[in-house]
Amino acid sequence: MTAQSKTETAIRVHRAGPLTLLQDRGRFGVRHLGVTQGGPADLYSWAWANYLAGNPWGTASLEITFGGLQLIAERDLDIAIAGADLGATLDGQPVPLWQRITWKEGQKLSFASPVSGLRAYLSVQGGFAAEPVMGSVACVSREQLGGFDGWGSKLAEGDRLAIHTPDGKPTEGMTKAPDHARKDFRESPVLELLPGAQIAEFTGRSLYDAFNTWWRVDDRADRMGVRLLGPKLQCRIGSLISEGINLGGVQVPPDGQPIALLNDRQTIGGYPRLGALSPLSASRLAQCLPGQEVRLRACGSGPVLEHYRCFLAGFRP
Amino acid sequence: MTANPANALPRLESAGLDGWMVRLFEQIDEANLPWITALARQCESAFADALVDLVPSYTTLLVVFDPVRLSPSDARQKIAGLLADLKPDEDLGTGQVHELPTFYDPSVGPDLDRVSGHTGMTVEQVIDCHSNKTYRVFALGFAPGFAFMGLTDPRLECPRLDTPRKKVPVGSVAIAARQTAAYPTATPGGWNLLGRTSARLFDREREGFSLLRVGDQVRFVSVSREEFERQGGDTTPMEAAV
Repeated sequence: MTAQSKTETAIRVHRAGPLTLLQDRGRFGVRHLGVTQGGPADLYSWAWANYLAGNPWGTASLEITFGGLQLIAERDLDIAIAGADLGATLDGQPVPLWQRITWKEGQKLSFASPVSGLRAYLSVQGGFAAEPVMGSVACVSREQLGGFDGWGSKLAEGDRLAIHTPDGKPTEGMTKAPDHARKDFRESPVLELLPGAQIAEFTGRSLYDAFNTWWRVDDRADRMGVRLLGPKLQCRIGSLISEGINLGGVQVPPDGQPIALLNDRQTIGGYPRLGALSPLSASRLAQCLPGQEVRLRACGSGPVLEHYRCFLAGFRP
Repeated sequence: MTANPANALPRLESAGLDGWMVRLFEQIDEANLPWITALARQCESAFADALVDLVPSYTTLLVVFDPVRLSPSDARQKIAGLLADLKPDEDLGTGQVHELPTFYDPSVGPDLDRVSGHTGMTVEQVIDCHSNKTYRVFALGFAPGFAFMGLTDPRLECPRLDTPRKKVPVGSVAIAARQTAAYPTATPGGWNLLGRTSARLFDREREGFSLLRVGDQVRFVSVSREEFERQGGDTTPMEAAV
């Protein structure tokens, strides 16, 4: 959104639910200062929600985790919801996902609980408005950065949310995602992993297990990382001198249970890694509920890169 | 630095679709830093718009790039080219030393006694030993602006607390193993607290945000309670601040 655009409060938080965060693309160029990237845990669904709402790449949206959120529109709004099916209703009527819809003034938009996936993205035409902190509004509570208040707060009951007033120009592009683009997150996903430098330090048995096991998502799963439960992986290296960790890095602490690191991970760490999930596989994992099963597949970068580039080309200028 | 056979350093390792880990050294050493900061600066100009983030650390530099603007193989080639001609930064020997005014006192440094007991030094000696050395920033991480510095005098080596504190007050000056740090924000922490600095380590309104950067030199300067307060330091005792 341009700096000149007008903002207005347009939505009231009737019930906050457990965790709703404002997220733009994330905070970049500051990781050398120990500041994490933040941004949507599921980049794929976030990108679709913005696109369908008629917003440019990077626009701030709400990331709604688990559900429990109730919002009331204070003016008519064009919106799109993509990602998890959290049983959303508009004044009690089911809301279609993955398409642009109109939310009338006074109507209550409610999110119940996960039907498929964990995180829904709500984009409003024009985008949510907040003062960027270190170049981004991405909300990282642990670092007290971003969000509507600038200090990393999640949504709270009674908050009134500002948006950039849409300029009224008709937006181009589709308003409904094709069927093949809509995800059913109930399926057990196969996640693409690009092997990293320490992969050879794992025992043969552990490498076999790593890629031939249905791993179960642990309760210890949040925006920092998702722990996977399964056979104990053994690595000849216990720990490394701390070094930068990229998105999707799959580290294995001494307990042998891998942790895939997501958007709010610490910037450096010292456990050996199997490698890194592709960005879209990290997105997919972020939609998994505790208890859900996932598999890891070792991949070369060629086809994964091609896939990711195609995805970005559809959304990014 | 010259190119080396397969297993030798420096080495480029895959760090996902959009990242390369440049492994320059095997061991922690202050002498690593001029090489790492030099490579980081060179990456900034060589990658220009295609650069997303750089994460320097003790022995490595993580380079994150935009895989649409630059393919992983092109990025790799660029870094390899920079490594071939790399010369260490020269300014570090004469560069500015950050002086962090520090109030060493049991009221804000509740582990002074523990460290004294562990090292066999008196509290006075612990303070002298900690403040008499110029440290280098090895890495930032854990929290925004949190700088891992070292190496401390071997006599000061002290393990972390068995149970980390839920909340360590802003400015707390701490040691663990042979490293030292100051907490830029109130966070959980398991290091031994020796005192508190009045320096603003992280400021979202300030250009550059963090007072300290990887490669910087730092001294802790012991100041009286009066001087600490005059500089805006918060003398709220540890128990009350938690």
